[in-house]
Amino acid sequence: METQENALKVDRNQEGYLTDFSQWNKDVGEQIAQEEGIEMTPRHWEVINWIQEQVKADKALSIRGIKKSGVLDIKEFYALFPGGPLKISTKIAGVPKPKSCI
Amino acid sequence: MKNLLILGAGTAGTMMANQLRSKLKKDQWKITIVDQYKTHYYQPGFLFLPFDIYTEDQVKKVGKKFIPKGVNYVQKKIDRIFPEENKVKLEDETINYDILIIATGSKIAPEEVEGMKGKNWHKNVFDFYTYEGALALRNKLRDWQGGKMVVHLTEMPIKCPVAPLEFAFLADSYFKEKGMRDKVELTYVTPLSGAFTKEKSAATLGYLLEEKNINLEIDFAIESVDNENNKIIDYGGKEVEYDLLVTIPTNMGDEVIERSGMGDDLNFVPTDHHTLQSKDHENVFVIGDATNVPASKAGSVAHFQSETLTDNILLFIDGKPLKEEFDGHANCFIETGNKKALLIDFNYKQEPVEGTFPFSVIGPLKLLKESVFNHWGKLAFRWIYWNMLLKGIPIPFVGRNMSTKGKKL
Repeated sequence: METQENALKVDRNQEGYLTDFSQWNKDVGEQIAQEEGIEMTPRHWEVINWIQEQVKADKALSIRGIKKSGVLDIKEFYALFPGGPLKISTKIAGVPKPKSCI
Repeated sequence: MKNLLILGAGTAGTMMANQLRSKLKKDQWKITIVDQYKTHYYQPGFLFLPFDIYTEDQVKKVGKKFIPKGVNYVQKKIDRIFPEENKVKLEDETINYDILIIATGSKIAPEEVEGMKGKNWHKNVFDFYTYEGALALRNKLRDWQGGKMVVHLTEMPIKCPVAPLEFAFLADSYFKEKGMRDKVELTYVTPLSGAFTKEKSAATLGYLLEEKNINLEIDFAIESVDNENNKIIDYGGKEVEYDLLVTIPTNMGDEVIERSGMGDDLNFVPTDHHTLQSKDHENVFVIGDATNVPASKAGSVAHFQSETLTDNILLFIDGKPLKEEFDGHANCFIETGNKKALLIDFNYKQEPVEGTFPFSVIGPLKLLKESVFNHWGKLAFRWIYWNMLLKGIPIPFVGRNMSTKGKKL
């Protein structure tokens, strides 16, 4: 993790999320995806772009939002990012994971 | 004569009516507030109602009592806002405005999840975010014999994001006091990556669930409630069984926002984070749970916002630039059971940290740490709410913007 972080030259928190989105680029996303064991396809990138646009527009990210997005359905979202699709995809997208106040 | 119209007489709307009536000249500005409901609920009390800690009378009063003299209080349904025409259509009349304040709040939308508002709604599937739900749950708990209780959060954002955790903690205490804790299996289910999602909170409070023997199920994105087999099912195929489900359904803004085409897909109104002016119309302002700002949806937030918004309405009337002042400040007591509570004080940028509040060293309240004193603070808050907050009286030593005094940063 340490060496990968150094190689990426980006600031990340303890859980591996970027703390400054301006440091994000596609290579960074690719590298984080590799750490998560995900091989990125054009379909993955479409989802990542959509997530970044949502965040830019101040919209809360939720599974329900995915359902209504028209970009992909939830089953596909789980298939693309198995396990916790939102927490994994946001990490790759360089944006904060959905949080509560504590 | 000019018209200032407030939609919603909940916490935020009532505070704005009180603050603005004393600031706007009566011969120049008519203030009207619209709300279809007669009753004003003390919503934080809904957490205590199911456990017989508060009675019905302690959480509701007649709303009219809190609307100041000189404000026109209209009890009617709101049909639609026409922001391009500066008018609002009510059920049987139309009101024109010069300035509009939207304070229509948020509410639960259990119909968003398949089966949630099904045949078992308020039978063994409950919410406690409504007066009716909290009361039905209280009646159920009074003679519940035990089993699997699941406390479940559907998705963020929700009003008072800590309430589901508080509910789980209070449930643990409640069953202990009844001498039946060994008969209850308590599970907390969240769509987030943990019960605590911020680094400092997770580090300092992570012990709470284990200490109270509460199971944790994370990353659970609910797809449906199975009323035949009493289980909740997630999109990834995970299932959690329950005998008694206490859920926080999806929270959404009021339907009037959707009908008026003014909201995002959760019916929250796009609002400037710091001025509270709506993004689309310069004479429309938004406050409290109705906004889409990334602050907590909580009464304390509405209170801090009301101070900035009052100043900004006066600046707007004078044609001056608005203050970009609101910082997302929230201040919340969190019940942890056994007559203890935490206090958190944070904003858009600063996560909750340890320390003392409101003063350095002497406190007397402790931040992000359990204490009996904090619990009394939370109970005292009900009095503050009815007697100070709604009337727009500032709370001593607690400023609208977050202070770093006493915080361990």
